[in-house]
Amino acid sequence: MDKIKLTIDNTLVEVEKGTTVLEAAKLTGVDIPTLCYLKLEDTAFENTPGGCRMCVVEVEGRRNLAPSCKTQCEDGMFVSTHTPRVVNARRTVMELILSDHPFECLVCTKSGKCDLQSLAQDLGIREIHYQGEKSTYKGDESPGIIREPEKCIMCRRCETACNDVQTVGTLSALYRGFGSVVAPAFEMDLDHSSCTFCGQCVAVCPTGALIERDNTWKVMEAIMNPKKTVIVQTAPAVRAALGEEFGYEAGTLVTGKMVSALRKIGFDYVFDTDFAADLTIMEEGTELLERLNKHLQGDKNVKLPMLTSCCPGWVNFFEYHFPDMLDIPSTAKSPQQMFGAIAKSYFAEKMNIDRKDLVVVSVMPCLAKKFEAARPEFAVDGDPDVNVSITTRELAQMIKSANLNFDALKDDDFDRPLGESSGAGVIFGSTGGVIEAAVRTAYELHTGKTLEKVDFNELRGFEGIRSATIDFDGLPINIGIAHGLGNARTLLEEIRAGKSQFHAIEIMACPGGCIGGGGQPYHHGDVSILKKRQIAIYQEDAGKPIRKSHENPYIQNLYKEYLGAPCSEKSHELLHTNYFAKKKKIEIE
Amino acid sequence: MAHIKLAQNKVAELKEVCKKFNNDKGELINVLHAAQSLFGYLPAEVQEVVANELNVSIAHVHGVVSFYSFFTMIPKGKYPISICMGTACYVRGAEKVLNEFKKLLDIKVGETTPDGVFSLNSLRCVGACGLAPVVTVGEKVHGRVAVEDVKSIIEEYKNDKE
Ligand code: SF4
Ligand code: SF4
Ligand code: SF4
Ligand code: FES
Repeated sequence: MDKIKLTIDNTLVEVEKGTTVLEAAKLTGVDIPTLCYLKLEDTAFENTPGGCRMCVVEVEGRRNLAPSCKTQCEDGMFVSTHTPRVVNARRTVMELILSDHPFECLVCTKSGKCDLQSLAQDLGIREIHYQGEKSTYKGDESPGIIREPEKCIMCRRCETACNDVQTVGTLSALYRGFGSVVAPAFEMDLDHSSCTFCGQCVAVCPTGALIERDNTWKVMEAIMNPKKTVIVQTAPAVRAALGEEFGYEAGTLVTGKMVSALRKIGFDYVFDTDFAADLTIMEEGTELLERLNKHLQGDKNVKLPMLTSCCPGWVNFFEYHFPDMLDIPSTAKSPQQMFGAIAKSYFAEKMNIDRKDLVVVSVMPCLAKKFEAARPEFAVDGDPDVNVSITTRELAQMIKSANLNFDALKDDDFDRPLGESSGAGVIFGSTGGVIEAAVRTAYELHTGKTLEKVDFNELRGFEGIRSATIDFDGLPINIGIAHGLGNARTLLEEIRAGKSQFHAIEIMACPGGCIGGGGQPYHHGDVSILKKRQIAIYQEDAGKPIRKSHENPYIQNLYKEYLGAPCSEKSHELLHTNYFAKKKKIEIE
Repeated sequence: MAHIKLAQNKVAELKEVCKKFNNDKGELINVLHAAQSLFGYLPAEVQEVVANELNVSIAHVHGVVSFYSFFTMIPKGKYPISICMGTACYVRGAEKVLNEFKKLLDIKVGETTPDGVFSLNSLRCVGACGLAPVVTVGEKVHGRVAVEDVKSIIEEYKNDKE
């Protein structure tokens, strides 16, 4: 690699050719402020439109200020990042942005976590010298995501997430000049667009222009209603990230405190989605073995690879973009919906509660789960299996509103029976986890032998597309893994072209899997946070006495008492679903 | 948004156009130009066909359509009115004439009256400089139009509405 030397604020620094001034400055201990620029290491996300001019610096010999995020280092360059001219330019940029921004910080969902707000504070803006008309737009309140375009600063990060990384193509800059806005085509609601509700646009938006729909008040209303029994389930990835909202180091597991907080908030039973994840493995694993066996016997009607179906963002994606391949994903519902279905049948009957008086709340790392919970096929006579879905961020909000000192909370345990889970259920929260959990069970069911080593390191990692071959006692099983919908698309197109060698593929819509979900505490561009959450998930698994789903005694009991066997008629009725082609057809007369 | 139905033969023609450009994403603007001359405007449904044929997102297509002022999503009126803004017409007061049309029809350039009768556009030189300022209504050319004539021109076609 070619090395070059340059001077930044009187410090000599040596960098590789191709390094930007922004990156070089970081090496000298200077964090040049940025707004539109965002790069997520080890993922496909790179947003460098160079549009906001917040990152400008002075380069000796150049007349104009240079945007450091777009300017490559040159040998002998002399850069100043903090001259009066630079500071003035940055303040002007900020004041101009703020002059067309609503002053709603006091009541904005994003307050305290907003990059625009903290940058304005860092710059010490106390007055805005520009006044003019403020733009107004059509907003959007879809079940998962709310768009408030008045708060948009046109950084285009959401477009990069949606179009380049997820390859969904929902968002685009529309119109021009003062009236321009980032929105779905024809400013239609996200609901009617190709949006998957993966929430990755929300995860990178620096302002409150894209946020989750806040359902916390709905939950409180249910809790305060004496006629209702309110139960809660928490997804695996939540416990690995919730602590961040209370100042804990990323990757701190706060499972016990979380359970304790939920109980104090007033939930009647605190259960675990991990239980339903174990159930998912029983169904999905059995389905995989059934398909595999038929395939080995030469049945041409059986499609392989089988794709996992526990990520609703991914389900929305294939329903829209691959409507010709709806028979490939497993028919198993997601753990959230399996939990809801079992809670409103098995548990309600056991407790002698009318399902209409039972309120199921889910805490998810995810915005697509809000959309999923509202799907009409997941309701009985209009009563949804999962009544309300909230995100990790919303749970943190509820804990704060309940005046709980999170730090002082004692560790508590989940309730039985829907709170018991194996380590296999926990790793659902990370990319590669679902398929590892499935392998642990499918291996034993298929071979009749005991797995000596339950850790499949070859399935773990952070790379966007991974593959491994697992030896099922002489039968090689080829497994593919993709996280991020762009990577999923690559594998899907291989299948469509008849080129796929895989027997089973796990797909998660978000980077890193649910640990990087759109409802998690904001990472502000720091991917190491996601990796720490991932480590925490595998730690929780390693510490569990039971590591395989089929050994969870409460799962065994559920089948004995209620469902019969995996993929039985009753299981199909409660735990499996159908998919629907979503793409709107053009009407031609 | 109101949904419209596209005629099958027109859609087939549009698909032909896309094919002529090898269904190449890079030719989006040219395809849209051709589509606009085929349909007279670019309703959402037409943009959707183009998006599918060129394999780009519908949001991207709408982004391009809404960025360039020469694309329009509004159908032309029964009598499309165009005012020439070429140099000759301009110096002879075309802008005032245009403003009078805007005022009397209560629409902006590029828009259509709610009853669908008139739409308003400005043009670059139509090559009838001797008649400046020139206003065309449909195929018909009106020359040496003065601000005072605008009202009667509108009346002439309005009464023709039947
Ligand atoms: S939620 Fe996902 S699919 Fe929907 S607009 Fe955002 S990034 Fe695109
Ligand atoms: S919605 Fe958010 S991410 Fe998208 S352009 Fe606006 S400010 Fe940026
Ligand atoms: S990866 Fe997880 S958080 Fe992201 S959309 Fe899928 S289920 Fe939701
Ligand atoms: S951060 Fe460099 S131009 Fe926006």
